[in-house]
Amino acid sequence: MSVIGTVPFPEHRGAPSLELVGFSKRFGALAALDDVSVKVNAGAFHALLGENGAGKSTLVKCAMGYYAADQGQILLNGREVEIAHPKQAHELGLGMVYQHFTLVPNMTVLENFVLSRGKLPPVIDWASERRVLADYFSTTPFTVPLDTPVADLAAGQKQKAEILRQLYLKRTLLILDEPTSVLTPDEADEVLSTLKKLTRDGAVTIITITHKFREVNAFCDTVTVLRRGKLVDTRPTADLDNDMMAEMMVGRRDNRVVVEREARPPGKAVLRIEGLSVADHVGQLAVEELALEVRAGEIVGVAGVSGNGQRELVETLAGQRDAQAGRMLVHGEPYTATRPEMIRHKIACLPEEPLRNACVADMSVAENMALRSFDQPPASPDGMRLRRLPMRDMARRLIEAYRVKTPGPDAPIKALSGGNVQRAVLARELSSEGDLLIVANPCFGLDFAAAAEIRTRIVQARNRGAAILLVSEDLDEVLQLSDRIVVMFDGRLALQTDAAQADVGAIGRAMAGH
Amino acid sequence: MGQALERIAVPMLALLASAFLFGLLLAVYARVDPLEAFALMYQGAFGSWFSWQNTLSRAAPLILAALCTALPARLGLVIIGNEGAVVLGGVAGAAMGVALAGAPPLVVQLGMIVAGMAVGGLWVALAGALRQWRGVNETIASLLLTYIAIALMNHLVEGPLRDPQSLNKPSTASIGDANMIGTIPGMDVHWGLVFGIIACLLVYIFLSFTTWGFAMDVIGGNAKTARMMGLNVGRYVLLACGVGGAAAGIAGTVEVAAVLGRANASLAVGYGYAGILVSFLARHNPLAIIPVAILLGGIAASGGLLQRRLDLPDAAVVVLQGIIFVAILASETLYGRLLPRKQGS
Repeated sequence: MSVIGTVPFPEHRGAPSLELVGFSKRFGALAALDDVSVKVNAGAFHALLGENGAGKSTLVKCAMGYYAADQGQILLNGREVEIAHPKQAHELGLGMVYQHFTLVPNMTVLENFVLSRGKLPPVIDWASERRVLADYFSTTPFTVPLDTPVADLAAGQKQKAEILRQLYLKRTLLILDEPTSVLTPDEADEVLSTLKKLTRDGAVTIITITHKFREVNAFCDTVTVLRRGKLVDTRPTADLDNDMMAEMMVGRRDNRVVVEREARPPGKAVLRIEGLSVADHVGQLAVEELALEVRAGEIVGVAGVSGNGQRELVETLAGQRDAQAGRMLVHGEPYTATRPEMIRHKIACLPEEPLRNACVADMSVAENMALRSFDQPPASPDGMRLRRLPMRDMARRLIEAYRVKTPGPDAPIKALSGGNVQRAVLARELSSEGDLLIVANPCFGLDFAAAAEIRTRIVQARNRGAAILLVSEDLDEVLQLSDRIVVMFDGRLALQTDAAQADVGAIGRAMAGH
Repeated sequence: MGQALERIAVPMLALLASAFLFGLLLAVYARVDPLEAFALMYQGAFGSWFSWQNTLSRAAPLILAALCTALPARLGLVIIGNEGAVVLGGVAGAAMGVALAGAPPLVVQLGMIVAGMAVGGLWVALAGALRQWRGVNETIASLLLTYIAIALMNHLVEGPLRDPQSLNKPSTASIGDANMIGTIPGMDVHWGLVFGIIACLLVYIFLSFTTWGFAMDVIGGNAKTARMMGLNVGRYVLLACGVGGAAAGIAGTVEVAAVLGRANASLAVGYGYAGILVSFLARHNPLAIIPVAILLGGIAASGGLLQRRLDLPDAAVVVLQGIIFVAILASETLYGRLLPRKQGS
């Protein structure tokens, strides 16, 4: 009788099958994965579909050994294997291609490939390496120039090089994490169709994480949909249409969860954005000619998968990023995010991760609460002198009113919990009774109770007549709070709808670029 | 409470470690009894009224030069171009002094100070502007600007501003004995010390009791948040670099107006570089700069005595300065670890 594990793993050629059974993974209080099982057939082109935070990345990272799952078994070709470290995954032929490139930009393709092999002799025989690799490239369905520095390759070629490298390293099961997010549609089609051919030839099995229905429809055989860490279903693509996928992805939801909101007609336009274009940190346009209007007493929710320009939009409105083109108007006056404008128009911001984005971690709670008003009376009678006493008094009042749990106004704000930091920021931003409130993922990382409180405060601000732009990756939040919903995709508005008549399916499709 | 203790304890530990290392070096390499050397250093720095005056005279330019690093440091910038601002401040002061020759001494002196402040301030503001609008690393830029400043001084005192009478050591013309700012009554220390102390007090008040100082702390603490608050980061960078450079410029002018009487290569004797050390040792706190500058002024003042009595090279005190600097930089990692602290509540 043989005991599993003592028999050497049989040499397996061609595409393997992979089965993940009963995976669970918790991060603190958050269940990122809850008993998820996925079966991927040998030679399949399998899509993992879901919103942000649905658990797709967590699942594949567990499979690759980057995370240790709390529970779960991996069956490769029907045999149980243990993967506790990415190295073990690589030895078993599992490879991962990331959303962002991992090749060394200033080295050539040849150098990158040789480098990634791991064990290298002290002196590399480049002539023979190049021969071996050239021979290898003659057998692959596509090639990339060997001697070009990776930095000089187009994005599509880089992604091909990443995939070729995985094949060169004899990986037979590729996990692609949003492989096309940095590619143009044409490049994406080219890369995906060659991958499709590889699976059809039985050379590799592919699991791809994606948000894009078009790619799922065109290239994938089967789809697994995850929602909030739970498995929704695994089905052949042929049985699904976009509406069904959208519904599986976002679920059937009640549009209106009640937060005491007054019925009130929106007032005059407070914020008007005209033809706004913003570049991201590498200089590519992340927001393109965006036009949007937010009126007094309404919440405009911006839904969308992260990375579609929402961050850049918010940073531009908050004054943290300069626009390339277009303009912003507040109350009909041009707005360039200077302090006098912010004070005159009473503009407030509530960004995600407030400790990093809206606080000075080393300063006290009182000082952080005074960031908007330190040069106004009473903290400063003349804009020059600074009075600490009124600052502290104001902080005490805000701490009380917003129930911020802190040892006192002089405690450093970084000592507070995430929910209390957000409360402190909320207190600062809302205490001015602002006319315009820019909110981005305000409940990111907060527990249920804290999130509910923050949302209530936002609706209260709307009820008293503030114009609110709510950018959120959490579709529920957008649906729950908004009067009007727009969907951002690829830097543009893909959909605008009244929240009351919102069709969740249409929103899901717009988020996926349909 | 623990943090306040740490702010004192960490630099103290760094100083003790430096003294130990320097003592080891003296004992092993120079074959000198380290205790005797330290006793001599104390004597040379603080042992008598005479050595106190020597120490204070040397501390004066250090105090002013240190502000050139300390102010931008509040914004998170590391500016080390103090020497350049000192040198050019001196040249500008001398040039102004010569140009105003014949005017009443007070006018000449004021003119010199204004010229030194303006040139020193603009010089360092240049590094700040390069950083803010061109993304040039301000540390490297300010260091390289120092080299340019020294070259510029050499060019000016050997060329356009040279006094033909100065043969061995090219210098500008003398500003004239009547225009020298002289010493504080009752002691043999020039007015630069008073200027320095006043400057530190003003900077302290500015940083602690004005909205601008508060805004600078916000920018230094989190520039992203500062921009969200609509603060004009570029303006504060220019302001901090400009005021810091102006302080270093005064240091140069005072060297000319109180010690040298003219601008020449004696301006570039390292007051600016030592000012960097003072600022770091004082953790960029303007009030702490004063005692730290006196301490380092004392170390420098004791160099002569070490040389005469123990036959040590006069570079010995520079070695000690270097050791202190390295120890201070290394001790930065100790903050938050030195004392046991309760875990986050």
